[in-house]
Amino acid sequence: MTPEEWQAVLLSLRVALVATLVSLPFGILAAMALARWRFPGRQILNGLVHLPLILPPVVTGYLLLLTFGRRGTVGQWLAETGIVFAFNWTGAVLAAAVMAFPLLVRAIRLSLEAVDPGLEAAAGTLGASPLWVFATVTLPMILPGIIAGAVLAFAKAMGEFGATITFVANIPGHTQTLPSAIYALLQVPGGEERAMRLVAIAIAVAMSALLLSEWLSRAIARRVAS
Amino acid sequence: MTLSVSIRHPLAHFALDLSFEAGPGVTAIFGRSGAGKTTLVNAVAGMLRPAEGRIALGGQMLSDRSHFVPPHKRRIGYVFQDGRLFPHLTVRQNLLYGRWFSGAGADLGRIVEMLGLGMLMDRRPARLSGGEKQRVAIGRALLCAPRLLLLDEPLAALDGARKAEILPYLERLREEGMPILYVSHSVAEVMRLAARVILLDAGRITGSGAPADMLSDPASGLAQSEVGALIPARVAARDPDGLARLDTAAGPLYLPTQDPVGTVLNIRIHSQDVMIALSPPVGISALNILPAVVEQVIPRGHEALIRLRLGPEALLARITARSATALGLVPGMPCHAILKTVAIADHSVSEGVTTGVFSARSR
Repeated sequence: MTPEEWQAVLLSLRVALVATLVSLPFGILAAMALARWRFPGRQILNGLVHLPLILPPVVTGYLLLLTFGRRGTVGQWLAETGIVFAFNWTGAVLAAAVMAFPLLVRAIRLSLEAVDPGLEAAAGTLGASPLWVFATVTLPMILPGIIAGAVLAFAKAMGEFGATITFVANIPGHTQTLPSAIYALLQVPGGEERAMRLVAIAIAVAMSALLLSEWLSRAIARRVAS
Repeated sequence: MTLSVSIRHPLAHFALDLSFEAGPGVTAIFGRSGAGKTTLVNAVAGMLRPAEGRIALGGQMLSDRSHFVPPHKRRIGYVFQDGRLFPHLTVRQNLLYGRWFSGAGADLGRIVEMLGLGMLMDRRPARLSGGEKQRVAIGRALLCAPRLLLLDEPLAALDGARKAEILPYLERLREEGMPILYVSHSVAEVMRLAARVILLDAGRITGSGAPADMLSDPASGLAQSEVGALIPARVAARDPDGLARLDTAAGPLYLPTQDPVGTVLNIRIHSQDVMIALSPPVGISALNILPAVVEQVIPRGHEALIRLRLGPEALLARITARSATALGLVPGMPCHAILKTVAIADHSVSEGVTTGVFSARSR
Protein backbone atom coordinates (compact mmCIF):
# COMPACT_ATOMS: atom_id res chain seq x y z
CA MET A 1 0.00 0.00 0.00
CA THR A 2 1.21 3.47 -0.76
CA PRO A 3 1.64 6.05 2.02
CA GLU A 4 -1.25 7.98 0.49
CA GLU A 5 -3.55 4.99 0.83
CA TRP A 6 -2.47 4.47 4.42
CA GLN A 7 -3.12 8.14 5.12
CA ALA A 8 -6.64 7.80 3.73
CA VAL A 9 -7.37 4.74 5.90
CA LEU A 10 -5.97 6.32 9.07
CA LEU A 11 -7.75 9.60 8.40
CA SER A 12 -11.04 7.81 7.90
CA LEU A 13 -10.62 5.91 11.17
CA ARG A 14 -9.73 9.12 12.98
CA VAL A 15 -12.61 11.09 11.45
CA ALA A 16 -15.14 8.35 12.22
CA LEU A 17 -13.92 7.87 15.79
CA VAL A 18 -13.89 11.58 16.65
CA ALA A 19 -17.23 12.19 14.92
CA THR A 20 -18.83 9.34 16.91
CA LEU A 21 -17.38 10.37 20.27
CA VAL A 22 -18.18 14.07 19.86
CA SER A 23 -21.75 13.51 18.69
CA LEU A 24 -22.52 10.94 21.43
CA PRO A 25 -23.50 13.41 24.20
CA PHE A 26 -25.56 15.48 21.75
CA GLY A 27 -27.16 12.30 20.44
CA ILE A 28 -28.17 11.21 23.96
CA LEU A 29 -29.55 14.68 24.68
CA ALA A 30 -31.52 14.79 21.41
CA ALA A 31 -32.87 11.28 22.02
CA MET A 32 -33.95 12.28 25.56
CA ALA A 33 -35.67 15.38 24.20
CA LEU A 34 -37.50 13.46 21.48
CA ALA A 35 -38.43 10.44 23.63
CA ARG A 36 -39.29 12.10 26.93
CA TRP A 37 -39.80 15.82 26.83
CA ARG A 38 -42.86 17.62 25.55
CA PHE A 39 -42.02 21.09 24.27
CA PRO A 40 -43.07 23.35 21.40
CA GLY A 41 -40.93 22.70 18.35
CA ARG A 42 -40.41 19.04 19.17
CA GLN A 43 -41.51 18.01 15.68
CA ILE A 44 -39.17 20.60 14.16
CA LEU A 45 -36.25 19.16 16.14
CA ASN A 46 -37.28 15.69 15.01
CA GLY A 47 -37.28 16.86 11.40
CA LEU A 48 -33.92 18.61 11.73
CA VAL A 49 -32.29 15.52 13.25
CA HIS A 50 -33.58 13.27 10.49
CA LEU A 51 -33.06 15.66 7.58
CA PRO A 52 -29.51 14.45 6.67
CA LEU A 53 -30.93 10.93 6.29
CA ILE A 54 -33.32 12.07 3.56
CA LEU A 55 -31.55 15.00 1.88
CA PRO A 56 -29.09 14.28 -0.91
CA PRO A 57 -25.66 14.23 0.84
CA VAL A 58 -24.43 16.82 -1.63
CA VAL A 59 -27.10 19.22 -0.39
CA THR A 60 -26.10 18.62 3.23
CA GLY A 61 -22.46 19.18 2.32
CA TYR A 62 -23.28 22.39 0.47
CA LEU A 63 -25.36 23.68 3.40
CA LEU A 64 -22.43 22.93 5.70
CA LEU A 65 -20.15 24.83 3.34
CA LEU A 66 -22.53 27.80 3.37
CA THR A 67 -22.75 27.79 7.16
CA PHE A 68 -19.33 26.62 8.33
CA GLY A 69 -17.22 27.59 5.30
CA ARG A 70 -14.65 30.39 5.46
CA ARG A 71 -17.28 32.94 4.50
CA GLY A 72 -20.13 31.20 6.24
CA THR A 73 -21.86 32.98 9.13
CA VAL A 74 -20.83 30.47 11.79
CA GLY A 75 -17.56 29.65 10.03
CA GLN A 76 -16.31 33.25 10.16
CA TRP A 77 -17.14 33.55 13.83
CA LEU A 78 -15.52 30.21 14.68
CA ALA A 79 -12.40 31.08 12.68
CA GLU A 80 -11.78 33.92 15.13
CA THR A 81 -11.71 31.42 18.00
CA GLY A 82 -9.25 29.28 16.06
CA ILE A 83 -11.59 26.52 14.87
CA VAL A 84 -11.50 26.04 11.11
CA PHE A 85 -13.68 23.49 9.36
CA ALA A 86 -13.19 24.47 5.75
CA PHE A 87 -10.85 22.13 3.81
CA ASN A 88 -9.61 20.70 7.10
CA TRP A 89 -9.96 17.20 8.59
CA THR A 90 -12.20 18.71 11.31
CA GLY A 91 -14.61 19.60 8.50
CA ALA A 92 -14.71 15.94 7.54
CA VAL A 93 -15.53 15.16 11.18
CA LEU A 94 -18.39 17.67 11.14
CA ALA A 95 -19.80 16.30 7.89
CA ALA A 96 -19.56 12.70 9.11
CA ALA A 97 -21.11 13.58 12.48
CA VAL A 98 -24.07 15.37 10.89
CA MET A 99 -24.68 12.52 8.43
CA ALA A 100 -24.46 9.84 11.14
CA PHE A 101 -26.50 11.77 13.73
CA PRO A 102 -29.96 10.44 12.74
CA LEU A 103 -28.78 6.83 13.07
CA LEU A 104 -27.28 7.52 16.47
CA VAL A 105 -30.39 9.32 17.77
CA ARG A 106 -32.77 6.67 16.44
CA ALA A 107 -30.98 3.81 18.18
CA ILE A 108 -30.73 5.64 21.52
CA ARG A 109 -34.31 6.84 21.31
CA LEU A 110 -35.61 3.33 20.72
CA SER A 111 -33.79 2.02 23.77
CA LEU A 112 -34.98 4.99 25.85
CA GLU A 113 -38.57 4.26 24.95
CA ALA A 114 -38.09 0.70 26.17
CA VAL A 115 -37.05 1.85 29.66
CA ASP A 116 -39.90 1.52 32.18
CA PRO A 117 -40.55 5.03 33.56
CA GLY A 118 -41.76 3.26 36.70
CA LEU A 119 -38.18 2.25 37.47
CA GLU A 120 -37.09 5.87 37.26
CA ALA A 121 -39.97 6.94 39.50
CA ALA A 122 -38.95 4.24 41.97
CA ALA A 123 -35.39 5.59 42.02
CA GLY A 124 -36.84 9.03 42.73
CA THR A 125 -38.75 7.79 45.78
CA LEU A 126 -35.47 6.27 47.01
CA GLY A 127 -33.89 9.71 47.15
CA ALA A 128 -32.21 10.03 43.74
CA SER A 129 -32.49 13.45 42.08
CA PRO A 130 -33.45 13.44 38.37
CA LEU A 131 -29.78 13.73 37.33
CA TRP A 132 -28.80 10.79 39.54
CA VAL A 133 -31.75 8.78 38.28
CA PHE A 134 -30.45 9.30 34.75
CA ALA A 135 -26.89 8.37 35.68
CA THR A 136 -27.69 5.30 37.80
CA VAL A 137 -30.83 3.87 36.20
CA THR A 138 -31.56 5.27 32.74
CA LEU A 139 -28.01 5.33 31.39
CA PRO A 140 -27.06 1.76 32.36
CA MET A 141 -30.32 0.48 30.90
CA ILE A 142 -29.91 2.22 27.53
CA LEU A 143 -26.23 1.31 27.24
CA PRO A 144 -26.86 -1.45 24.66
CA GLY A 145 -28.79 1.08 22.56
CA ILE A 146 -26.03 3.66 22.89
CA ILE A 147 -23.43 1.14 21.75
CA ALA A 148 -25.54 -0.05 18.84
CA GLY A 149 -26.10 3.58 17.81
CA ALA A 150 -22.44 4.47 18.18
CA VAL A 151 -21.31 1.56 16.01
CA LEU A 152 -23.86 2.43 13.35
CA ALA A 153 -22.71 6.04 13.46
CA PHE A 154 -19.07 4.94 13.23
CA ALA A 155 -19.77 2.80 10.19
CA LYS A 156 -21.78 5.57 8.56
CA ALA A 157 -18.98 8.08 9.29
CA MET A 158 -16.40 5.71 7.77
CA GLY A 159 -18.42 5.50 4.60
CA GLU A 160 -19.56 9.11 4.32
CA PHE A 161 -18.67 10.50 0.92
CA GLY A 162 -21.08 12.99 -0.65
CA ALA A 163 -21.30 15.60 2.09
CA THR A 164 -17.61 15.29 2.90
CA ILE A 165 -16.34 15.81 -0.64
CA THR A 166 -18.74 18.73 -1.14
CA PHE A 167 -17.79 20.43 2.13
CA VAL A 168 -14.03 19.80 2.44
CA ALA A 169 -13.09 18.53 -1.05
CA ASN A 170 -10.63 15.68 -1.63
CA ILE A 171 -7.15 16.81 -0.58
CA PRO A 172 -4.76 13.88 -0.07
CA GLY A 173 -3.31 13.90 3.45
CA HIS A 174 -5.83 16.47 4.67
CA THR A 175 -9.38 15.60 3.73
CA GLN A 176 -9.06 12.51 1.55
CA THR A 177 -10.94 9.79 3.42
CA LEU A 178 -11.20 6.14 2.41
CA PRO A 179 -14.25 6.60 0.13
CA SER A 180 -12.78 9.75 -1.45
CA ALA A 181 -9.53 7.87 -2.10
CA ILE A 182 -11.42 5.00 -3.73
CA TYR A 183 -13.33 7.52 -5.85
CA ALA A 184 -10.09 9.28 -6.86
CA LEU A 185 -8.40 5.99 -7.77
CA LEU A 186 -11.34 4.97 -9.94
CA GLN A 187 -10.93 8.23 -11.89
CA VAL A 188 -7.41 7.32 -13.08
CA PRO A 189 -6.69 4.53 -15.58
CA GLY A 190 -5.24 1.41 -13.92
CA GLY A 191 -6.34 2.50 -10.45
CA GLU A 192 -8.83 -0.37 -10.03
CA GLU A 193 -6.34 -2.73 -8.43
CA ARG A 194 -5.31 -0.22 -5.79
CA ALA A 195 -8.96 0.69 -5.26
CA MET A 196 -9.75 -2.98 -4.57
CA ARG A 197 -7.28 -3.01 -1.67
CA LEU A 198 -9.09 -0.07 -0.09
CA VAL A 199 -12.45 -1.72 -0.75
CA ALA A 200 -11.25 -4.80 1.12
CA ILE A 201 -10.12 -2.64 4.04
CA ALA A 202 -13.46 -0.85 4.11
CA ILE A 203 -15.29 -4.18 4.24
CA ALA A 204 -13.00 -5.51 6.98
CA VAL A 205 -13.44 -2.39 9.15
CA ALA A 206 -17.23 -2.42 8.73
CA MET A 207 -17.47 -6.12 9.57
CA SER A 208 -15.27 -5.82 12.67
CA ALA A 209 -17.31 -2.86 13.89
CA LEU A 210 -20.55 -4.81 13.51
CA LEU A 211 -19.15 -7.90 15.25
CA LEU A 212 -17.74 -5.80 18.07
CA SER A 213 -21.05 -4.03 18.64
CA GLU A 214 -22.95 -7.31 18.58
CA TRP A 215 -20.61 -8.80 21.17
CA LEU A 216 -20.70 -5.68 23.39
CA SER A 217 -24.49 -5.42 23.24
CA ARG A 218 -24.86 -9.06 24.20
CA ALA A 219 -22.42 -8.78 27.07
CA ILE A 220 -24.27 -5.75 28.41
CA ALA A 221 -27.72 -7.21 27.86
CA ARG A 222 -26.61 -10.24 29.87
CA ARG A 223 -25.48 -8.00 32.69
CA VAL A 224 -28.64 -5.92 32.64
CA ALA A 225 -31.23 -8.67 32.46
CA SER A 226 -29.75 -12.02 33.46
CA MET B 1 -44.98 11.29 62.77
CA THR B 2 -48.42 11.95 61.35
CA LEU B 3 -49.45 12.20 57.73
CA SER B 4 -52.13 14.74 57.04
CA VAL B 5 -53.84 14.79 53.65
CA SER B 6 -56.54 17.09 52.37
CA ILE B 7 -56.62 17.20 48.58
CA ARG B 8 -58.77 17.56 45.50
CA HIS B 9 -57.60 16.31 42.13
CA PRO B 10 -59.63 15.71 38.97
CA LEU B 11 -59.35 12.27 37.37
CA ALA B 12 -60.86 10.86 34.17
CA HIS B 13 -64.27 9.91 35.55
CA PHE B 14 -64.42 11.52 38.97
CA ALA B 15 -62.41 13.73 41.28
CA LEU B 16 -60.25 12.60 44.13
CA ASP B 17 -61.66 14.63 47.00
CA LEU B 18 -60.68 13.55 50.48
CA SER B 19 -58.99 14.40 53.71
CA PHE B 20 -57.65 12.16 56.46
CA GLU B 21 -54.82 11.76 58.93
CA ALA B 22 -52.68 8.69 59.50
CA GLY B 23 -50.48 8.15 62.54
CA PRO B 24 -48.04 5.36 63.43
CA GLY B 25 -49.17 1.84 62.57
CA VAL B 26 -50.89 0.43 59.52
CA THR B 27 -53.68 2.45 57.93
CA ALA B 28 -55.32 0.52 55.12
CA ILE B 29 -56.73 2.33 52.09
CA PHE B 30 -59.41 -0.04 50.95
CA GLY B 31 -61.48 0.14 47.80
CA ARG B 32 -62.13 -1.57 44.49
CA SER B 33 -59.85 -1.08 41.47
CA GLY B 34 -60.19 2.39 40.01
CA ALA B 35 -61.37 3.99 43.24
CA GLY B 36 -58.39 6.34 43.21
CA LYS B 37 -56.17 4.49 45.69
CA THR B 38 -52.98 4.58 43.64
CA THR B 39 -53.53 8.22 42.67
CA LEU B 40 -53.81 9.09 46.34
CA VAL B 41 -50.60 7.24 47.18
CA ASN B 42 -48.77 8.81 44.22
CA ALA B 43 -49.78 12.24 45.48
CA VAL B 44 -48.38 11.42 48.92
CA ALA B 45 -45.13 10.18 47.33
CA GLY B 46 -44.85 13.34 45.23
CA MET B 47 -45.16 11.62 41.87
CA LEU B 48 -48.26 13.69 41.24
CA ARG B 49 -49.04 17.20 42.36
CA PRO B 50 -52.66 17.51 43.47
CA ALA B 51 -54.63 20.31 41.83
CA GLU B 52 -55.77 21.65 45.20
CA GLY B 53 -55.21 21.04 48.87
CA ARG B 54 -52.31 20.17 51.09
CA ILE B 55 -50.22 17.20 52.19
CA ALA B 56 -48.08 17.44 55.31
CA LEU B 57 -45.90 14.91 57.11
CA GLY B 58 -44.84 15.42 60.72
CA GLY B 59 -45.22 19.19 60.50
CA GLN B 60 -43.41 19.54 57.15
CA MET B 61 -45.54 20.85 54.31
CA LEU B 62 -44.98 18.54 51.33
CA SER B 63 -47.49 19.99 48.91
CA ASP B 64 -49.76 22.99 48.90
CA ARG B 65 -50.35 26.01 46.69
CA SER B 66 -46.86 27.46 47.13
CA HIS B 67 -44.75 24.44 48.19
CA PHE B 68 -43.96 21.26 46.38
CA VAL B 69 -41.29 18.94 47.74
CA PRO B 70 -40.09 16.64 44.90
CA PRO B 71 -40.23 12.87 45.56
CA HIS B 72 -36.49 12.45 46.13
CA LYS B 73 -36.55 14.94 49.00
CA ARG B 74 -39.57 13.48 50.82
CA ARG B 75 -38.02 10.41 52.45
CA ILE B 76 -41.17 8.41 51.90
CA GLY B 77 -40.67 4.72 51.14
CA TYR B 78 -42.80 3.32 48.34
CA VAL B 79 -43.30 -0.37 47.63
CA PHE B 80 -44.95 -0.81 44.25
CA GLN B 81 -47.31 -3.59 43.23
CA ASP B 82 -44.81 -4.72 40.58
CA GLY B 83 -41.70 -4.41 42.74
CA ARG B 84 -39.74 -2.28 40.30
CA LEU B 85 -36.33 -3.62 41.23
CA PHE B 86 -33.45 -2.33 39.12
CA PRO B 87 -32.67 -5.17 36.72
CA HIS B 88 -29.05 -4.14 36.19
CA LEU B 89 -28.21 -4.25 39.91
CA THR B 90 -27.84 -7.18 42.29
CA VAL B 91 -30.13 -7.60 45.28
CA ARG B 92 -27.44 -6.06 47.50
CA GLN B 93 -27.05 -3.05 45.20
CA ASN B 94 -30.81 -2.66 44.96
CA LEU B 95 -31.09 -2.69 48.75
CA LEU B 96 -28.33 -0.13 49.21
CA TYR B 97 -29.50 2.17 46.40
CA GLY B 98 -31.61 4.43 48.61
CA ARG B 99 -29.35 4.27 51.64
CA TRP B 100 -26.60 5.90 49.61
CA PHE B 101 -28.77 8.97 48.96
CA SER B 102 -30.26 9.23 52.44
CA GLY B 103 -26.81 9.24 54.07
CA ALA B 104 -26.97 7.45 57.40
CA GLY B 105 -29.88 5.13 56.73
CA ALA B 106 -30.94 1.97 58.45
CA ASP B 107 -28.97 -1.10 59.40
CA LEU B 108 -28.55 -3.43 56.41
CA GLY B 109 -27.91 -6.54 58.51
CA ARG B 110 -31.04 -6.12 60.57
CA ILE B 111 -33.29 -5.58 57.56
CA VAL B 112 -31.72 -8.44 55.61
CA GLU B 113 -32.45 -10.68 58.57
CA MET B 114 -35.96 -9.36 59.13
CA LEU B 115 -36.90 -10.01 55.50
CA GLY B 116 -34.91 -13.24 55.14
CA LEU B 117 -32.79 -11.97 52.24
CA GLY B 118 -29.41 -13.37 53.30
CA MET B 119 -29.27 -16.06 50.61
CA LEU B 120 -30.30 -13.72 47.80
CA MET B 121 -27.82 -10.87 48.13
CA ASP B 122 -25.72 -11.58 45.03
CA ARG B 123 -28.57 -12.50 42.70
CA ARG B 124 -30.09 -10.29 40.07
CA PRO B 125 -33.84 -9.54 40.15
CA ALA B 126 -34.50 -11.67 37.06
CA ARG B 127 -33.55 -14.73 39.12
CA LEU B 128 -35.91 -14.01 42.02
CA SER B 129 -39.43 -15.34 42.55
CA GLY B 130 -42.31 -12.88 42.80
CA GLY B 131 -42.37 -13.13 46.58
CA GLU B 132 -38.62 -12.64 46.86
CA LYS B 133 -38.82 -9.57 44.62
CA GLN B 134 -41.43 -7.99 46.87
CA ARG B 135 -39.34 -8.69 49.97
CA VAL B 136 -36.34 -7.00 48.34
CA ALA B 137 -38.56 -4.07 47.33
CA ILE B 138 -39.72 -3.71 50.94
CA GLY B 139 -36.14 -3.89 52.20
CA ARG B 140 -34.99 -1.33 49.66
CA ALA B 141 -37.70 1.10 50.78
CA LEU B 142 -36.88 0.54 54.46
CA LEU B 143 -33.15 1.09 53.97
CA CYS B 144 -33.56 4.73 53.02
CA ALA B 145 -34.90 5.23 56.55
CA PRO B 146 -38.31 6.51 55.44
CA ARG B 147 -40.53 8.65 57.64
CA LEU B 148 -43.59 7.00 56.08
CA LEU B 149 -44.03 3.78 54.14
CA LEU B 150 -46.44 3.42 51.22
CA LEU B 151 -47.40 -0.12 50.18
CA ASP B 152 -49.47 -0.17 47.00
CA GLU B 153 -51.04 -3.62 46.81
CA PRO B 154 -47.70 -5.31 47.42
CA LEU B 155 -49.29 -8.76 47.34
CA ALA B 156 -51.75 -8.31 44.47
CA ALA B 157 -49.46 -9.84 41.84
CA LEU B 158 -48.68 -12.91 43.95
CA ASP B 159 -50.44 -16.25 44.28
CA GLY B 160 -51.74 -17.60 47.58
CA ALA B 161 -48.54 -19.38 48.62
CA ARG B 162 -46.36 -16.32 47.87
CA LYS B 163 -48.78 -14.12 49.82
CA ALA B 164 -48.48 -16.42 52.78
CA GLU B 165 -44.71 -16.12 52.47
CA ILE B 166 -44.74 -12.32 52.72
CA LEU B 167 -47.53 -11.61 55.20
CA PRO B 168 -45.43 -12.49 58.27
CA TYR B 169 -42.75 -10.03 57.11
CA LEU B 170 -45.37 -7.32 56.72
CA GLU B 171 -46.55 -8.06 60.22
CA ARG B 172 -43.02 -7.51 61.50
CA LEU B 173 -42.96 -4.23 59.61
CA ARG B 174 -45.82 -3.08 61.81
CA GLU B 175 -43.49 -3.19 64.81
CA GLU B 176 -41.17 -0.66 63.14
CA GLY B 177 -43.37 2.11 64.50
CA MET B 178 -43.56 4.34 61.43
CA PRO B 179 -46.84 5.25 59.74
CA ILE B 180 -47.70 2.82 56.95
CA LEU B 181 -50.32 3.38 54.26
CA TYR B 182 -51.38 0.00 52.96
CA VAL B 183 -53.39 0.06 49.75
CA SER B 184 -55.42 -3.05 49.13
CA HIS B 185 -58.64 -4.44 47.79
CA SER B 186 -58.30 -7.65 49.77
CA VAL B 187 -60.38 -7.87 52.93
CA ALA B 188 -58.17 -10.68 54.20
CA GLU B 189 -54.97 -8.61 54.05
CA VAL B 190 -56.60 -5.57 55.58
CA MET B 191 -58.06 -7.60 58.45
CA ARG B 192 -54.73 -9.15 59.16
CA LEU B 193 -52.51 -6.09 59.01
CA ALA B 194 -54.36 -2.86 59.54
CA ALA B 195 -55.22 -1.07 62.76
CA ARG B 196 -57.46 1.30 60.85
CA VAL B 197 -59.27 1.17 57.53
CA ILE B 198 -60.18 4.03 55.24
CA LEU B 199 -62.77 3.05 52.66
CA LEU B 200 -62.38 4.76 49.32
CA ASP B 201 -64.99 4.80 46.57
CA ALA B 202 -64.87 6.94 43.42
CA GLY B 203 -62.33 9.28 44.97
CA ARG B 204 -64.17 9.87 48.23
CA ILE B 205 -63.84 8.43 51.70
CA THR B 206 -67.00 6.48 52.49
CA GLY B 207 -65.99 5.35 55.96
CA SER B 208 -63.09 4.84 58.31
CA GLY B 209 -62.49 3.00 61.54
CA ALA B 210 -61.35 -0.30 63.02
CA PRO B 211 -61.25 -3.17 60.49
CA ALA B 212 -63.78 -5.28 62.40
CA ASP B 213 -66.31 -2.43 62.51
CA MET B 214 -65.82 -1.64 58.85
CA LEU B 215 -66.36 -5.26 57.93
CA SER B 216 -69.56 -5.76 59.86
CA ASP B 217 -71.02 -2.40 58.89
CA PRO B 218 -73.27 -3.02 55.90
CA ALA B 219 -73.25 0.69 55.08
CA SER B 220 -69.52 0.61 54.47
CA GLY B 221 -70.02 -0.07 50.80
CA LEU B 222 -68.00 -3.27 50.76
CA ALA B 223 -69.10 -5.86 48.23
CA GLN B 224 -71.84 -7.96 49.80
CA SER B 225 -69.88 -11.18 49.68
CA GLU B 226 -67.06 -9.47 51.56
CA VAL B 227 -69.31 -8.31 54.36
CA GLY B 228 -68.96 -10.41 57.44
CA ALA B 229 -67.72 -10.30 60.96
CA LEU B 230 -64.43 -10.78 62.67
CA ILE B 231 -64.41 -12.32 66.13
CA PRO B 232 -61.35 -12.91 68.31
CA ALA B 233 -61.06 -16.45 69.66
CA ARG B 234 -58.74 -18.64 71.72
CA VAL B 235 -58.16 -22.35 71.20
CA ALA B 236 -59.49 -23.81 74.48
CA ALA B 237 -59.38 -27.56 73.88
CA ARG B 238 -58.54 -30.14 71.22
CA ASP B 239 -60.89 -33.07 70.90
CA PRO B 240 -59.68 -36.52 69.75
CA ASP B 241 -61.77 -36.32 66.55
CA GLY B 242 -59.66 -33.39 65.27
CA LEU B 243 -62.05 -30.60 66.19
CA ALA B 244 -60.94 -27.83 68.49
CA ARG B 245 -63.11 -25.83 70.82
CA LEU B 246 -62.55 -22.11 70.48
CA ASP B 247 -63.79 -19.75 73.15
CA THR B 248 -65.17 -16.42 71.98
CA ALA B 249 -67.12 -13.70 73.72
CA ALA B 250 -70.13 -14.84 71.70
CA GLY B 251 -69.87 -18.45 72.89
CA PRO B 252 -67.91 -21.61 72.01
CA LEU B 253 -67.20 -22.54 68.40
CA TYR B 254 -65.96 -25.85 66.99
CA LEU B 255 -63.74 -26.17 63.96
CA PRO B 256 -60.83 -28.28 62.78
CA THR B 257 -57.48 -26.60 63.33
CA GLN B 258 -53.93 -27.71 64.00
CA ASP B 259 -53.25 -24.80 66.32
CA PRO B 260 -52.17 -25.70 69.85
CA VAL B 261 -54.31 -24.90 72.86
CA GLY B 262 -53.89 -21.28 73.87
CA THR B 263 -53.44 -19.88 70.34
CA VAL B 264 -55.23 -16.58 69.90
CA LEU B 265 -56.72 -15.99 66.47
CA ASN B 266 -59.44 -14.14 64.61
CA ILE B 267 -62.41 -15.89 63.09
CA ARG B 268 -64.17 -14.56 60.03
CA ILE B 269 -67.82 -15.30 59.40
CA HIS B 270 -69.29 -14.27 56.05
CA SER B 271 -72.82 -12.92 56.10
CA GLN B 272 -74.07 -15.54 53.62
CA ASP B 273 -72.87 -18.33 55.94
CA VAL B 274 -75.18 -17.34 58.80
CA MET B 275 -78.74 -18.72 59.12
CA ILE B 276 -81.29 -17.53 61.65
CA ALA B 277 -83.64 -19.73 63.66
CA LEU B 278 -86.23 -18.43 66.15
CA SER B 279 -86.21 -21.55 68.34
CA PRO B 280 -83.16 -23.65 69.22
CA PRO B 281 -82.80 -25.94 66.19
CA VAL B 282 -82.86 -29.70 66.80
CA GLY B 283 -81.81 -32.48 64.43
CA ILE B 284 -79.44 -30.27 62.47
CA SER B 285 -75.89 -31.07 61.40
CA ALA B 286 -74.49 -27.63 62.15
CA LEU B 287 -72.23 -27.60 65.19
CA ASN B 288 -71.94 -23.91 65.71
CA ILE B 289 -75.19 -22.46 66.99
CA LEU B 290 -75.07 -19.35 69.14
CA PRO B 291 -77.83 -17.43 70.92
CA ALA B 292 -78.25 -13.92 69.52
CA VAL B 293 -80.48 -10.87 69.50
CA VAL B 294 -81.61 -9.06 66.33
CA GLU B 295 -80.11 -5.59 66.37
CA GLN B 296 -80.96 -4.18 62.98
CA VAL B 297 -82.78 -5.25 59.82
CA ILE B 298 -81.49 -3.67 56.60
CA PRO B 299 -83.56 -4.44 53.49
CA ARG B 300 -81.51 -4.69 50.29
CA GLY B 301 -83.77 -5.45 47.36
CA HIS B 302 -84.92 -9.06 47.54
CA GLU B 303 -82.45 -9.70 50.34
CA ALA B 304 -82.05 -8.44 53.88
CA LEU B 305 -78.98 -7.99 56.00
CA ILE B 306 -79.62 -8.76 59.65
CA ARG B 307 -77.20 -7.43 62.23
CA LEU B 308 -77.11 -9.79 65.19
CA ARG B 309 -75.76 -9.03 68.63
CA LEU B 310 -73.98 -11.86 70.47
CA GLY B 311 -72.87 -10.40 73.79
CA PRO B 312 -70.11 -7.95 72.91
CA GLU B 313 -69.73 -9.30 69.36
CA ALA B 314 -71.74 -8.48 66.26
CA LEU B 315 -72.54 -10.74 63.34
CA LEU B 316 -74.18 -10.14 59.98
CA ALA B 317 -76.61 -12.56 58.36
CA ARG B 318 -77.64 -12.28 54.74
CA ILE B 319 -81.05 -13.85 54.16
CA THR B 320 -83.86 -13.39 51.65
CA ALA B 321 -86.38 -10.64 52.22
CA ARG B 322 -89.07 -13.33 52.20
CA SER B 323 -87.44 -15.17 55.12
CA ALA B 324 -87.03 -11.92 57.03
CA THR B 325 -90.76 -11.23 56.63
CA ALA B 326 -91.78 -14.82 57.38
CA LEU B 327 -89.76 -14.85 60.60
CA GLY B 328 -91.03 -11.38 61.50
CA LEU B 329 -87.54 -10.20 62.44
CA VAL B 330 -87.51 -6.92 64.38
CA PRO B 331 -84.81 -5.34 66.53
CA GLY B 332 -84.69 -6.79 70.03
CA MET B 333 -85.98 -10.20 69.01
CA PRO B 334 -83.99 -13.14 70.48
CA CYS B 335 -82.96 -15.84 68.01
CA HIS B 336 -80.23 -18.38 67.21
CA ALA B 337 -77.45 -17.87 64.72
CA ILE B 338 -76.49 -21.03 62.83
CA LEU B 339 -73.00 -20.72 61.37
CA LYS B 340 -72.55 -22.80 58.25
CA THR B 341 -68.88 -21.94 57.78
CA VAL B 342 -66.31 -20.52 60.10
CA ALA B 343 -62.96 -19.44 58.77
CA ILE B 344 -59.79 -18.53 60.56
CA ALA B 345 -58.98 -15.00 59.45
CA ASP B 346 -55.62 -14.59 61.07
CA HIS B 347 -53.31 -15.97 63.68
CA SER B 348 -51.40 -14.10 66.26
CA VAL B 349 -48.39 -12.29 64.84
CA SER B 350 -45.84 -14.25 62.75
CA GLU B 351 -47.65 -17.55 62.65
CA GLY B 352 -47.39 -17.29 58.89
CA VAL B 353 -50.66 -18.78 57.75
CA THR B 354 -52.68 -17.28 54.94
CA THR B 355 -55.97 -15.82 55.74
CA GLY B 356 -58.93 -17.91 54.90
CA VAL B 357 -56.99 -21.01 53.89
CA PHE B 358 -58.36 -23.03 56.78
CA SER B 359 -61.97 -22.58 56.10
CA ALA B 360 -63.86 -25.29 57.79
CA ARG B 361 -67.30 -26.48 56.92
CA SER B 362 -68.84 -27.40 60.22
CA ARG B 363 -72.12 -28.65 58.87
